[in-house]
Amino acid sequence: MSKQTSVDPARRNGNRVIAFVCLAFFGGMVGMAYAAVPLYKMFCQVTGYGGTTQRAEKQYAGRVLDREITVRFDANIAGVPWEFQPVQRSMTMKIGETVQAYYKATNKFDAPVTGRATFNVQPELAGAYFNKVECFCFTDTTLKPGETLDMPVLFYVDPDIVNVPELKDIKTITLSYTMFPQDKNKPVASAADGNNSKTNSNTEANLGG
Amino acid sequence: MADAAAHDGHDHRPRGWVRWVYSTNHKDIGTLYLIFAICAGIIGGALSVAIRMELQEPGIQIFSGLAQMVYGVNGDAAIDGGKSMYNAFATAHGLIMIFFMVMPALIGGFANWMVPIMIGAPDMAFPRMNNISFWLLPPAFILLILSAFVPSAPGAHGVGGGWTLYPPLSTSGQPGPAMDLAILSIHIAGASSILGAINFITTIFNMRAPGMTLHKMPLFAWAVLITAFLLLLSLPVLAGGITMLLTDRNFGTSFFVPDNGGDPLLFQHLFWFFGHPEVYILILPGFGIISHIVSTFSRKPVFGYLGMAYAMVAIGAVGFIVWAHHMYTTGLSLDTQRYFVFATMVIAVPTGVKIFSWIATMWGGSISFKPPMLWALGFIFLFTVGGVTGVQLANAGLDRSLHDTYYVIAHFHYVLSLGAVFAIFAGWYYWFPKMTGYMYSPFIANTHFWVMFVGVNLVFFPQHFLGLAGMPRRTIDYPDAFAGWNMVSSYGSYIAAVGVLIFLYGVFEAFQKKRVAGANPWGDGATTLEWQLPSPPPFHQWEQLPKIK
Repeated sequence: MSKQTSVDPARRNGNRVIAFVCLAFFGGMVGMAYAAVPLYKMFCQVTGYGGTTQRAEKQYAGRVLDREITVRFDANIAGVPWEFQPVQRSMTMKIGETVQAYYKATNKFDAPVTGRATFNVQPELAGAYFNKVECFCFTDTTLKPGETLDMPVLFYVDPDIVNVPELKDIKTITLSYTMFPQDKNKPVASAADGNNSKTNSNTEANLGG
Repeated sequence: MADAAAHDGHDHRPRGWVRWVYSTNHKDIGTLYLIFAICAGIIGGALSVAIRMELQEPGIQIFSGLAQMVYGVNGDAAIDGGKSMYNAFATAHGLIMIFFMVMPALIGGFANWMVPIMIGAPDMAFPRMNNISFWLLPPAFILLILSAFVPSAPGAHGVGGGWTLYPPLSTSGQPGPAMDLAILSIHIAGASSILGAINFITTIFNMRAPGMTLHKMPLFAWAVLITAFLLLLSLPVLAGGITMLLTDRNFGTSFFVPDNGGDPLLFQHLFWFFGHPEVYILILPGFGIISHIVSTFSRKPVFGYLGMAYAMVAIGAVGFIVWAHHMYTTGLSLDTQRYFVFATMVIAVPTGVKIFSWIATMWGGSISFKPPMLWALGFIFLFTVGGVTGVQLANAGLDRSLHDTYYVIAHFHYVLSLGAVFAIFAGWYYWFPKMTGYMYSPFIANTHFWVMFVGVNLVFFPQHFLGLAGMPRRTIDYPDAFAGWNMVSSYGSYIAAVGVLIFLYGVFEAFQKKRVAGANPWGDGATTLEWQLPSPPPFHQWEQLPKIK
């Protein structure tokens, strides 16, 4: 490396400046990747992207259209030992009218279980126009063994929905909840030793076809 | 550098293993990268041949036997073990070919070797960082290889989720340590690439010879500069995404866990924000190489130099805003799909500029079909085939039926396996005499080309038919109706494997026969600076910086 003595200090300084700028840029991009997490959530809430429903501040839409729409209710469970069902299969209301629906949950387990529901609507584009005034999915729910609870959801469909080309002829919106257990989540990688409930023992049946 | 004065000029060079392990010389490091890429390419290629052997006939033959041999299980357990092993092979094939073959060969190998020489610099800007860049790769590769031998999903070994590492299959789906090893491997390979990218950007911005403005710089240097920027922009996002995977797996975070308010789709957005620029990272240096070769063997300056340079800039820039065309089936709104269809198709414009400029360079030229030119012509043809299927797949409507079928496999292998790899071989045969000082046998090089050309086309062209007929990717078995073309495809892969053997023999033969190549074996058409140096170039070049008019 004897020839490097010929590199003049000004150029070496220039090298360091460029490398430093690149490094700062790298750090910035890693930061952006993490910033994507809250930004993505915000984006979904603002635009109703992927069927994210809206949490309304006002109780009423302000105007009610003379047109009816049907909302169908769907319930799923993912890992909670509950029976979880909508009380009514569907409801028909005027667009803009605020209505209340109920879901019924029963804890079939011999210990208290806390659950929380995630939700979305189909078609996904309708998410931006599906306004929840009040919903059990905003909070955790704890059920004692054998306890049954009627859980309300208060909502209206935004009258602006008729102005969207893809949605203007829509007759039905499906509101779907999936109830998840709300326990301390164990890191999955430690589940490999086999005593975690998430480990799948029936491997032969699940690995392939 | 007080002690440097004690050495006696350019004669000094370290000997033995010290020369390679401690190397700060861009040419030696480039050679190390090329050797590494060849080794990784052979491993990755062997994995793909195993995949094709399995798919040669319907039913599960090869991998169940392998699982029986390796894990000592029988019956249904062997079949299940074989299925997961197949997935692990496919995943490892993808990761190895991308991170440990194409990137080290094009960026670490050819760019390290040729960019400093082409721009008239004595070495890279940060020679020691260059050394670290290379030596991070072998540990990364070892981690990935190790991951194949440790548990992933219960009863399975090795990462089997595909190179895209989508959660939840990469988090709760495979709780074993294999996925953690693979993630760490990608982290380290990514760090290596980032350091390399910073080095190239600094070198190209700051170390050009007097008179070499950016607009006089050879196109390969342009290509590497743009590639380095793409790396700098996209790799941190991948690093962030897979770090989130890692913490989701090990430290109880829930970035991608829906039960705790996370969103698995977020990973796909992060991954493809990296993943789409990544495919341009793989192909842009190849574009640069092809431009030089086409110009050299047509004995004409490249047609539309500025257009060629800025077409690459445009491809790189637009490459960052098209990522969701990999996600048409995830429930994007109609307007979002419309945008991504449009933006994706826009990329065909600068790419077309490049293809037509290569053709225009040849037009009216005095073309000689030496081996590098043959490979370059093969590249242009095959890359265009892959480009056309790319424009088809850009349509969200058509993608509904072609998503995750063999049509997609055929598409990206035409642009990468046949595109990037043909560019690598073109560069290899173009610069081999320069790098080693020896001329290879043109007969062997031509045989290599034709065997490879026939082989890879037999592998991938029938996969268009399979994809259109609906054969899904990432499955070990298929209905009997797909048997015919699968058999053709498998025979093609054996022919291509023979091509690789011919390549290795050609390298051996060149070193054995020691035909002296001379400073410039390609004649008047080879105008870039590397051909003004003797072959192989001196250990330290450009002690007198070249003047560019």
